[in-house]
Amino acid sequence: MKGFDVTVKDVSRAYGSFKALDDVSIEIRKGEFFSLLGPSGCGKTTLLRIIAGFDTPDEGVVLLDGKNILPLPPDKRQVNTVFQSYALFPHLSVYENVAFPLRLKKVPATTLDAKVREYLHLVQLEAHMDKKPNMLSGGQRQRVAIARALINEPSVLLLDEPLSALDAKLRQNLLVELDHLHDQIGITFIYVTHDQSEALSVSDRIAVMNKGKVLQIGTPYEIYESPATDFVARFIGETNLFSAEVKECVPYEDYYMTTLDIPALGTTIKVTDYDNLSVGQHVSFTVRPEKLKITGDMPTKVGKDINLFKGIVEEPIYSGFQSKYYVSLENGTVIKVIQQHANYMDEGPDIDWKDQVYVSWSAEDGYIVEVVDR
Amino acid sequence: MNTHHLQERRGRRLGITYSAPMGLWLTVFFLVPLGIIILYSFLKKGLYGGVEWEFTLSAYQQMFNPNFMRVLFRTLWVATLATCFTILLALPCGYAMARSRNQVLWLALVIVPFWTNSLIRIYAWIAILSSEGFVNEALKAIGLISESLPLIYNQGAVITVLIYMYIPFAILPLFTTIDKFDFQLLEAARDLGATKAESIVKVLLPNIRSGIITALIFTFIPIFGAYTVPLLVGGKDSYLIGNIIVDQVTKTRNWPLASAFSLVLTVLSTIGVIWMMTSNASEKARQKSVVQVADTNGGLS
Repeated sequence: MKGFDVTVKDVSRAYGSFKALDDVSIEIRKGEFFSLLGPSGCGKTTLLRIIAGFDTPDEGVVLLDGKNILPLPPDKRQVNTVFQSYALFPHLSVYENVAFPLRLKKVPATTLDAKVREYLHLVQLEAHMDKKPNMLSGGQRQRVAIARALINEPSVLLLDEPLSALDAKLRQNLLVELDHLHDQIGITFIYVTHDQSEALSVSDRIAVMNKGKVLQIGTPYEIYESPATDFVARFIGETNLFSAEVKECVPYEDYYMTTLDIPALGTTIKVTDYDNLSVGQHVSFTVRPEKLKITGDMPTKVGKDINLFKGIVEEPIYSGFQSKYYVSLENGTVIKVIQQHANYMDEGPDIDWKDQVYVSWSAEDGYIVEVVDR
Repeated sequence: MNTHHLQERRGRRLGITYSAPMGLWLTVFFLVPLGIIILYSFLKKGLYGGVEWEFTLSAYQQMFNPNFMRVLFRTLWVATLATCFTILLALPCGYAMARSRNQVLWLALVIVPFWTNSLIRIYAWIAILSSEGFVNEALKAIGLISESLPLIYNQGAVITVLIYMYIPFAILPLFTTIDKFDFQLLEAARDLGATKAESIVKVLLPNIRSGIITALIFTFIPIFGAYTVPLLVGGKDSYLIGNIIVDQVTKTRNWPLASAFSLVLTVLSTIGVIWMMTSNASEKARQKSVVQVADTNGGLS
């Protein structure tokens, strides 16, 4: 791996009384595609600007390959940035934009030309090298910004919401290109985004941030399947989240079968968990909509680990490959169910508006998010 | 179709109506005086001022007097020097104003001096620079000097006061262009390895080119024709073209020569402005033609 590891240690940054970063520590590994994910104002961009050298933390250090880089100005750090607004130089052609870092280093003309062409080839922009940035499409500008940031051969590439100004289809394509680029050059990528699907699809690991704090660091599937807090559960994907109280907790195979009383559902449900929780503890419980099964008839085989509810479809949302249903349970609570359409359907889904349905899930598919101290 | 044509004709007639006041104004206050100056410069000088109606090139022949040539080159030198200093001082001012949160306050401070008559402001400089003036007295008081420094009635004083008089004309256009500049470009330059100075020279300055050219035009032209400042704070070494013209009208009473000098001033300034504007416009035209090429390519593919 050519990239460097980046260690952010106890970093805090406040603007007046607003805490942009509150004691943040993250260890990013060599060559990793690491995402900082969170809603706007969560501090992810501030952290990126601190790593790039445009902002200084009030406390804490940032280590690049083990060395503190905070005393260095931005031009002395082996870090380059792809800006959200691209920040291409409007007075220079595409070629000169990409050549800019090399011209500063006074690289000899032949070496410079070969290298600029190599990087323009990397982002497939050789045909446009004589154009000014304002003649390019959004996606092309983005690629120029990436080539320009990579030509210095940085150890770490910082990407500040690089796709947010593009339309959805283009975003998907560029995301795949970015992923390929990362595999190809093998340096560390730090990717800032507020879009959870972007982060899930390309990252090796993700740090979920909110209000200046890091809530969870993990692989995409850890973050999705085992969210550390209610915020993470709600922010990543869709969820049915309930507060609950532990009624019973008994060993079951290599974990614990837990019975939770959920006031919103008006009954108890079963869920498996690795922790031995004590009776009376308050917890929050989640089950993802796609893990729920929805059927028109009562399921025939109901095991003792299945949670089953009867309800009425309030709103079916068909979107081709799947349908989402808002199901109103007998006590009035609405839960979300997502059904994948794996088979060909001549006449559309057989579940419709106002149908009576059964919603069920097995104890293994639920998850206890956090223990609420009270 | 018909109504469309009618509307177009009516629009054209309205356009003429709207532009009439401007045209009248330009004719009465610009074209007619300019015509009179051109005419007078080719006539014989009258004995007590005025002109005699007889064609002659004598005014232009008199101009090639080496003394006058020396004044012309001195004027170019003083105007160039004063303009350069003005722009160099105005650039950081414009930059600071554009980045400030109190833009309105700074703009007001730049504009407020215009409310005072320019002669009074020049007299204020006499009070500051003269041998018993504020600067000399202050330096004596802290014991740095015992004899007054010759701060006034020389070229240095003329250039200093010219900078003071014309710096707002440089600050305002620079401020407007810098205000539109995307400062993230400077961060991008730093990120890509540029030092602070490199980022200013290679990214900021090329992008505020049009503002710099406007500032150059707005300061160089009035400085080139200035006469009150050299008259009031200048000495023998700072007699400029403007002073020649005034003296030829009021003292020597050689109106044709004054007209000829005015014409030279106008022509030189006009050439300068056209040169600066075309260099800017050709850059823009070049960009535009490439855009058109790009568009046609897009249409073909």
